[in-house]
Amino acid sequence: MLHKRIIPCLDVRNGTVVKGVNFVGLREMGEPAVHARFYNDEGADELVILDITASREERRSILHVVESVADVLFIPLTVGGGIRTAEDVRDMLNAGADRVSLNTAMVQRPALIEEAAARFGSQCVVAAIDARRRVEGTGWEVFIYGGHQATGLDALTWAMEVERRGAGEILLTSMDRDGTQSGYDIDLLRALTSRVRIPVIASGGAGRLEHFTEGLTAGGASAVLAASLFHTRALTIPQLKASLRSEGVSVR
Amino acid sequence: MITVVDYGMGNLRNVRRALEHIGSEVLVTPDPDAIRRATTLILPGVGAFGEAVTRIDGLGLRGPIMDHAGAGKPMLGICLGMQLLFQESEESPGAQGLGLIPGSIIRFRTALVVPHIGWNDVRPVAPTALLAPDGGCFYFVHSFHAGDTPAAVGTTDYGITFTAVVELGTVFGVQFHPEKSQAAGIDLLRRFAAFDNPEVRA
Repeated sequence: MLHKRIIPCLDVRNGTVVKGVNFVGLREMGEPAVHARFYNDEGADELVILDITASREERRSILHVVESVADVLFIPLTVGGGIRTAEDVRDMLNAGADRVSLNTAMVQRPALIEEAAARFGSQCVVAAIDARRRVEGTGWEVFIYGGHQATGLDALTWAMEVERRGAGEILLTSMDRDGTQSGYDIDLLRALTSRVRIPVIASGGAGRLEHFTEGLTAGGASAVLAASLFHTRALTIPQLKASLRSEGVSVR
Repeated sequence: MITVVDYGMGNLRNVRRALEHIGSEVLVTPDPDAIRRATTLILPGVGAFGEAVTRIDGLGLRGPIMDHAGAGKPMLGICLGMQLLFQESEESPGAQGLGLIPGSIIRFRTALVVPHIGWNDVRPVAPTALLAPDGGCFYFVHSFHAGDTPAAVGTTDYGITFTAVVELGTVFGVQFHPEKSQAAGIDLLRRFAAFDNPEVRA
């Protein structure tokens, strides 16, 4: 049977792994390739790199990061951040990425999803959705530019649209939970996974073993992503997999 | 030496690196003459069936690939490269596959989410030199799969049981990505690379 995936995420700025809380307050955590080799050997099922470099000019540096990481990985690599055109997608794939994640650019120009899917296949296109619970009213709103700009879009409606346009997977980050280690937003996950027919990666909030189990069972996610929890070695992937197995969740 | 067919679809860097990792000499090329001279071929690929067929024909690669297989020289299709070994695909009606393996590629008909993405178990269903006796766990990412075929030697369960590994003479195909499947994938590539050794080849 298909196993649930454990995915460490490297947030990379100017070539260095960083991590913040609620999308701000970044601190540096080392070289991407060192993390990548560690996770490859530890039994991670996939690796995600998100480039959060601020300026467009400095973004070319991410290609070298992707190359250096791909060289030490024998598991799939998804890369996101700053990808605006089909050519950007091609550059990432040529550098060694297996899949790309789209976010701000696909909100501004949704046809990018179709273009990337038509040229490289849906399996290659991961739609990243950063969502925050609405303060007034119900539901969750989509944010772009690394959580800095509200879009007015409803996260569930947007998820259905990215699926219709050809995304092969959704990477769903709860901005409310990101970096808090208080658990994935299960309400958000459940609402979204029940509305789409493509796999969903849960992101934002993992802090304890039971959070991963919740995301994969009650939340309906196909994969769980975490960053600082793994980078600080507060939790290892073998520990996590043993815990999931004991809870009856199938992992590799 | 293992020759990897570069018809412009998919990331060949990782296939090359995995082959180099197991100590193979590797040539990645779109050149029909180089492919005619190959002792062992890998047909990789990511993307749509019809587009791949168009590119292979456009580059003049169909003849050399067919001749290679016809001469009984070893060949491995990976992911879309495996699907291309078949006659046709529901993904691209009218596009003519290589037809080296009887059968066709069909869309997943399951209640589960599609694409089928992630690590799944492959079980041998016929004797094959490509798989370890107990199969293995490999990385998949695809929305279409091989239908029933007499060439099936390995299957995987995802709502349905589908053909994940085929073998017919010296033509092999795997739906998953061995180059992304860590130790199990490296083991499979070693098993295939053994066919590149003329003393091992029957």
